[in-house]
Amino acid sequence: MDQNEIIERRACITGVGQSEIGRRLYRDPLELTLDGCLAAIADAGLTPADIDGLSTYPGPMGTPAGFSGAGAYEVMDALRLNCGWYGSGLETSGQLGSVINACLAVASGLANHVLCFRSVWEGSAQGEKGRSAVMPGGGGGGGGGFKAQGFMSWNLVFSAPSAAIWIAMFAQRHFHNYGTTKEQMAWIALNARKNAELNPNAIYRDPMSMDDYMNARIISTPFGLFDCDAPCDGATAVIVSRRERAKDLRHAPLRVEAVGSRIAGRPSWDQYEDLSAMPNRDAGAQLWTRTDLKPSDVKMAQLYDGFSWLTMSWLEALGLCGLGESGPFIDGGTRIARDGQLPLNTHGGQLSAGRLHGYGFLHEGATQMWGAAGDRQIPTPPEVGVIAAGGGNTCGCLLLVRE
Amino acid sequence: MSSDPPFRILPKLVDNTRDFWTGGAVGELRFWRCQDCGYYIHPPQPICPVDYSKNLAVEAVSGKATLASYSINHQNWMPGPELPYVVAIIEIVEQPSVRLTTNLVNCPLDEIQIGMPVRVTFEHHADPDGDVYIPLFEPDRSA
Repeated sequence: MDQNEIIERRACITGVGQSEIGRRLYRDPLELTLDGCLAAIADAGLTPADIDGLSTYPGPMGTPAGFSGAGAYEVMDALRLNCGWYGSGLETSGQLGSVINACLAVASGLANHVLCFRSVWEGSAQGEKGRSAVMPGGGGGGGGGFKAQGFMSWNLVFSAPSAAIWIAMFAQRHFHNYGTTKEQMAWIALNARKNAELNPNAIYRDPMSMDDYMNARIISTPFGLFDCDAPCDGATAVIVSRRERAKDLRHAPLRVEAVGSRIAGRPSWDQYEDLSAMPNRDAGAQLWTRTDLKPSDVKMAQLYDGFSWLTMSWLEALGLCGLGESGPFIDGGTRIARDGQLPLNTHGGQLSAGRLHGYGFLHEGATQMWGAAGDRQIPTPPEVGVIAAGGGNTCGCLLLVRE
Repeated sequence: MSSDPPFRILPKLVDNTRDFWTGGAVGELRFWRCQDCGYYIHPPQPICPVDYSKNLAVEAVSGKATLASYSINHQNWMPGPELPYVVAIIEIVEQPSVRLTTNLVNCPLDEIQIGMPVRVTFEHHADPDGDVYIPLFEPDRSA
């Protein structure tokens, strides 16, 4: 393979940062965003004057409330950044699509150091009323003559407003096709909680047993409460630097060895060809066409768990286990533990560490690869790690190598 | 169906979806179909995705389908059917690549089986913007 053609390798992760994170902070979302951004810039050993690019997901969005804490322009203006390139948007390869875009920007020479961020305040936005407070049609849902249009009309009318239900149907089909069980799926949640016990910034840190998991109230079968991530407030930022500019910064550069961004089938939740898989299958396969490394080289995986089954889906999509084999692969939790063959979601994932929406996995992956994860550090800081985020028609993944 | 349907957020009727949401008035489940290659198109779009023909027309299908997956929802997200209710994905027999997210009704929860034959049944909602007939699915015991 001509490695010069894999231009994401000209990009490195050089710093990560987070704001205060909490279930409900009731703080100014822009302030949280800026706290996270400044932390990442300092972590890289840079100053705001060094930042000449900016990328975020999804950009400014008023609904659903709390889904976006700040847009690109707000942060550029607040920090008085001078950007050679910038962008935001929802329609990209998932939350990490914004990081992939940044890689392409530094590889093309439009910027040297791109500040990437994802900021949420869904915990505060939902308040004490929970998810129903931010459902379409206004607080509490419905009424007022609200009519569903476009994409949402095909599920809202059928009282299926939540991705919990949409993804539950994929999980159910996976159970049907492959004999996957809820007791197997439990290990995504149990492993996450075990790791969160050692993460001071996690939302939920109390020990969880199999009984706790199995007895939790049902949300939408096969998902119970602990299969669903925890809405929270917080901002995560990462710095993507041109490789030539990454060498003398604070951390060993994490080279972006390969990215996965493909959707080969219909970019849809319910019309994608294989209902036991998702378009992440395409992104995962693409990633391995762009590197000589193999899934067996991966020493750590940080895989999106907006719902527990999504992590299983990513394990298969990335070839970290066989198609349909994620249930047996995670069963018992030994393989995916911090001292197992493939440490997984070592901060607690979104299930226990909070729904920081994709970027939390990249933050944790980099932290582990730099050996800076404290009590939850993987015994040997991994040299090769894979990060993936998203579900349904939003999915992207990164393979990182410590230089 | 019951004459007193549950609260639902209704669809806004626009030109290319009106037939889908109102066909139930005459018991018809309707989709756009390419008149050149025969491909059923869902959701509606102004061009056939197979041969890019714009020679499209609305046609009724049999209303028979297969249950591709489902989830029994227990969470009170918003006003709606009595809990728990079943959200389903069905594939129409004429062209299984056409899927609908819908509700499975008139089916005991312990009898739900992926792959089971189902058929359409319509739930009528009177509305000042135009009556709507929501296509739900029930077990097809004749199949």
